[in-house]
Amino acid sequence: MSGVFTKSMARNIFYGGTVFFFLVFLALTFDSHREFPKRDNSHNLTPEVIAGKKIWETRNCIGCHTLLGEGAYFAPELGNVYPRRGPDFIKAWMQAQPTGAPGRRQMPQFHLSDTELDQLVAFLKYTSEINTANWPPNIEG
Amino acid sequence: MQYKTQAVAKPYFVAAIGLFVGQIIFGLIMGMQYVVGDFLFPEIPFNVARMVHTNLLIVWLLFGFMGAAYYMVPEESETELYSPKLAVALFWIFLLAGAATVLGYLFVPYATLAEMTGNDLLATMGREFLEQPLPTKLGIVVVALAFLFNITMTVLKGRKTAISTVLLIGLWGLAIFFLFSFYNPHNLVKDKYYWWWVVHLWVEGVWELILGALLAFVLIKVTGVDREVIEKWLYVIITLTLVTGIIGTGHHYYWIGAPEYWQWWGSIFSALEPIPFFAMTVFAFNMVNRRRREHPNKAAVLWALGTGVMAFLGAGVWGFLHTLAPVNYYTHGSQITAAHGHMAFYGAYVMVVLTLISYAMPVLRGRAANSNKAQVVEMWSFWLMTIAMVFITLFLTAAGILQVWLQRVAEVPMSFMATQDQVALFYWMREWSGVVFFIGLVLYIVSFFIKGETRTATR
Repeated sequence: MSGVFTKSMARNIFYGGTVFFFLVFLALTFDSHREFPKRDNSHNLTPEVIAGKKIWETRNCIGCHTLLGEGAYFAPELGNVYPRRGPDFIKAWMQAQPTGAPGRRQMPQFHLSDTELDQLVAFLKYTSEINTANWPPNIEG
Repeated sequence: MQYKTQAVAKPYFVAAIGLFVGQIIFGLIMGMQYVVGDFLFPEIPFNVARMVHTNLLIVWLLFGFMGAAYYMVPEESETELYSPKLAVALFWIFLLAGAATVLGYLFVPYATLAEMTGNDLLATMGREFLEQPLPTKLGIVVVALAFLFNITMTVLKGRKTAISTVLLIGLWGLAIFFLFSFYNPHNLVKDKYYWWWVVHLWVEGVWELILGALLAFVLIKVTGVDREVIEKWLYVIITLTLVTGIIGTGHHYYWIGAPEYWQWWGSIFSALEPIPFFAMTVFAFNMVNRRRREHPNKAAVLWALGTGVMAFLGAGVWGFLHTLAPVNYYTHGSQITAAHGHMAFYGAYVMVVLTLISYAMPVLRGRAANSNKAQVVEMWSFWLMTIAMVFITLFLTAAGILQVWLQRVAEVPMSFMATQDQVALFYWMREWSGVVFFIGLVLYIVSFFIKGETRTATR
């Protein structure tokens, strides 16, 4: 930090650099939006899937599980639970909770109706069909 | 204290520390549930404990930031706060809203809470860290805007310094990017894409400006180094932060359905994110080495140096560890992420808030520094909490490496739960480190009540 490099130069580089890189970020975001339809499985966003997403949110599933790797790390990844377990297993599993096995991690009982379970499964199926660049590395998530 | 309205900072600091205690208690509960799965079930399921743990962290850091702003800005602007009454009113509103939210999490089933609070009008709940009911989210916006109005008016009527400018940009950015928490599209990819505009652009963006401003302020005070030098460093550091951090957001876009070029943009820019943290470490040590005075508050100097080191380790080194796309492919969403999250939040944000409290609280209580006895206890708490956090991070990293190996790399991958059983030993060691952390925190609070010879306030 010699005397040649002044505070106002540092300030100008800060403003200039920030604005420039934020604009680059916005441009990349703009381009991402053009690419999304090819990858995000949005053509399968049915009313059932949308209802399922809301069930997913209002039961705070993300508080224990990960979805596409994001969330809590206490319970299995569910982005690929549909291919891993299949719809019937998922529904039966939800209905059987909590297991009550002593000392084991417990999942609450959410008392979802059959329709709601189908909606949740539809959401998980939709999620599993998003193009995630082959993540996770294997079916165990 | 130079300006009497700085006193409004005190309740903010007290509340911050109180909520910090709550955060750690819930952390210990969760750590226990990792090894004794049915601990406190069904009274406090893991997801509820986690909401409380993370939301308390965010809220108490916000209390810390706001208290810091109320303390710093009058002194930087050389004028009284625009409206101390507004600051006091906002304190109570924010505290009550925060308490009501946490009680809601604990005593009302989350789906019912969502129904009661208008989630059907605008669904924003149930996303990690943004679990707050709609009224709480709106409350945060209102409190933030009123707070910003108060601070901005104070800066406008007084002296404008680089520190207060950077602090203001950081705080305004915090409020603006929070608005993305109201955007929750049905399309999961877009939902996740913009969720990061809150989370990443907060903690790896604008919050770092706040961090820099707080650290610079304390360093000026305790070292007496020329403001021109410190403020030049500040600009350089935050330039590096935003130049690397904004596009660094891309390291969250690898596996959520965004275009694959983000693997390049994210890897390259986020690989540079440790640089500003390294600069911050060099900055803190450099300034302390070039100090022109011996400030009697040794504890504050220790916290300031600790912030530099731990932020670099937690955010810089542990961030870099898993930020490159080919590595992240295996580590994404594992205990490695948890390890990084813990040390980064502690090293950067917890420690900088404690640095400022350590410097400001004695002044608010009418002395330049606490007694030697009190400072010794505070320094013990520094070392206990910091070393405990290092071990929490190391154990979670060990758990994460094993987890990645068994579940994702091995030829015959294990299921998630079978893997968890294999790494339980590390979770136990993490929990014991957490107990040590809690002891450190208790000691920290004790240090506020230790009397003894104090120096009278200088200036």
